[in-house]
This record gives sequence, C-alpha cells and structure tokens, in this order.
Amino acid sequence: MSLLANKRVLITGVLTEASIAFHVARLAQEQGATVVLSSQARTLRLVERIAKRLPAEAPVIELDVTSDDDLAALPTRVGAHVDGLDGVLHSIGYAPESALGGKFLSTEWPDVAVAMQISAFSLKSLTVACRPMLTPGSSVVGLTFDATVAWPTYDWMGVAKAAFESTSRYLARDLGAEGVRVNLIAAGPIRTMAAKSIPGFEQFEAMWTARAPIGWDVNDPVPAARGAVALLSDWFPSTTGEIIHVDGGVHAIGG
Amino acid sequence: MADQQEILSGLAEIVNEVAGVPVDSVQLDKAFTDDLDIDSLSMVEVVVAAEEKFGVKIPDDDVKDLRTVGDAVTYIAQAGA
Repeated sequence: MSLLANKRVLITGVLTEASIAFHVARLAQEQGATVVLSSQARTLRLVERIAKRLPAEAPVIELDVTSDDDLAALPTRVGAHVDGLDGVLHSIGYAPESALGGKFLSTEWPDVAVAMQISAFSLKSLTVACRPMLTPGSSVVGLTFDATVAWPTYDWMGVAKAAFESTSRYLARDLGAEGVRVNLIAAGPIRTMAAKSIPGFEQFEAMWTARAPIGWDVNDPVPAARGAVALLSDWFPSTTGEIIHVDGGVHAIGG
Repeated sequence: MADQQEILSGLAEIVNEVAGVPVDSVQLDKAFTDDLDIDSLSMVEVVVAAEEKFGVKIPDDDVKDLRTVGDAVTYIAQAGA
C-alpha cells in the first residue's frame, strides 16, 4: 500500500539532489502523493531544474518566508496546482556567517534576528500561510538539529533551532483543534548545501559516526526523509508537538 | 563527442544565463569564484545545467576540484560529453 495515497504535499527547501527535502519529495511521490515545491526567487530556476529529476516533475511556486506578499499569495499559488493540502514540509534555515563558526559571544543582534526569522519564526509564517488549505488530519513536518545541548560551531543556529522546536509545540497546541499535527524530525548531520555552509561541520561527522549505536552515514539523507514521510502519513495519527530523532541513536547515548 | 571548444562555448552560455557573466569572459584560465565572481549557489546551478546540457554526472565531491573553467571543460570532456 502507499503511505501517502491521495495526499497533497507542499515541500519547501529542495535545492539539490542532496537536499533532505528532495528525498522527502521523491519518497512522497513514490508513496502516492502529489507534490508542490517552493523556492525563493533567487533559486527558482535551479529548483525548477532539480524538480525535473523527481519521479514526476513537480511544479515550483515562489516563496520567500520573510515576504508578507509571498505568504499572502501562497494559497493562490499552491491552489493553481492542488485544491488543498494534507501535508507541509518545512526545510528552511539560514544564519549569516557571523552567527556560525565559534563567534557566539560577538554576534550582533541584527544577524541573530535574521537567523531567528528565517530558521524559527518561518515555521509559524509558513504554517499560518498554509492554514486555509490544510484539511483535518493534515500534518506539518519540520527538520531540526537537536537543540537541547550546545554544539561546537553551530552557535546562533542552535539557538534558532531551540526556538524552532518550541514554535512547533505552540503550533501543535493552537492547530490541534483543527486536526492539524505539527512534528519535527531531529536528524543527524547530513552533507547538504546547508551543511556545507557550517564551518567545522566535519567535527560533527566523525563524532556522530563513532557514537551512533546503529551507525550514521552523513552522505545518506534517506533515513531522515523516510522519517518525515512517516510523519506526513496517517501512521502517526495521535502524535503532535513531537520530535522524532532520526540520528542513529546518538541522542540517547551519553559520553 | 563534443570537442573542448564546443564544451567551452556551451559552458559560457550557461555561466551567462546563471550569473550574467558576459560569454566572452568565460575563458579556460578563469577561476569561477575569484575571476567570474560565481558564488556557491550559482556554481550549483552551473553544475546542474551543465549536467543537463552535456549529459554527464558531476558528483558533489568533484565540484570543489573544478576551480577554473578549464578544469570544468576537461572534466566534462573526460566524463564523456
């Protein structure tokens, strides 16, 4: 059977074939979903090219999560391709260079604010923009990197992820009555374009691989994507405000 | 089998389309980042477009070795374009 038969899913954050979101889109299609992608204007042409590499070419709508105009236009733009939404994948994050890489004590507020708006507040912005299209039983899924502890080099992006995780819980609270679930996947480190922009990312790779009881492959985005597809499906019907770790088990192991 | 000149002119069209660099500036000895001012995101698009145009596959790990236009032309030629 297909996990996402007849589901209509909006997927943000596809940039390359290495993107976690690309594999969520691919697996979602394989599981029967109709997929619409979004991209900010700058990367629209690139995402349109990548969209052709999915099992079925997916339409790409323009969406900058910091643009009120784009957010207001979202139902119309998505509505040109599907008549409602059963799922949304949030796979968006950004921090200015000064906010990453060990400069935590000197990062200035305007840069922190950018990281917070794009990486945390955008979960609220995106979800609320999609709200008119979401049907009871629908599922919003986001991607986090465990924000319960301080990591090397991750700095204000880690703080933004903590806010992101909290935002998902408040959204779960406020949208539960409408039958909308909001959950996150806490993935281990994966070599995506986003990871390449984190200075010292390789520190995570060695540590993760050594600590994961069931192992971890930084080159494989599929486990995280499968977790996201599972959360988009009807197989977590009573789960909301949750963070599912797809990290090889690292979060459970001390030392 | 495309020759080096064909690959170069095809690549120049792509770089022009992606980053607005004049076609004539895209020469073998030019570095994508330092000379042509192509950032990492634009480089990804150049690679994806080149894969389509020349029917080759350029894995992520190899992209960092493509410093100059000449590196890319050689790579694409060897990859069987």
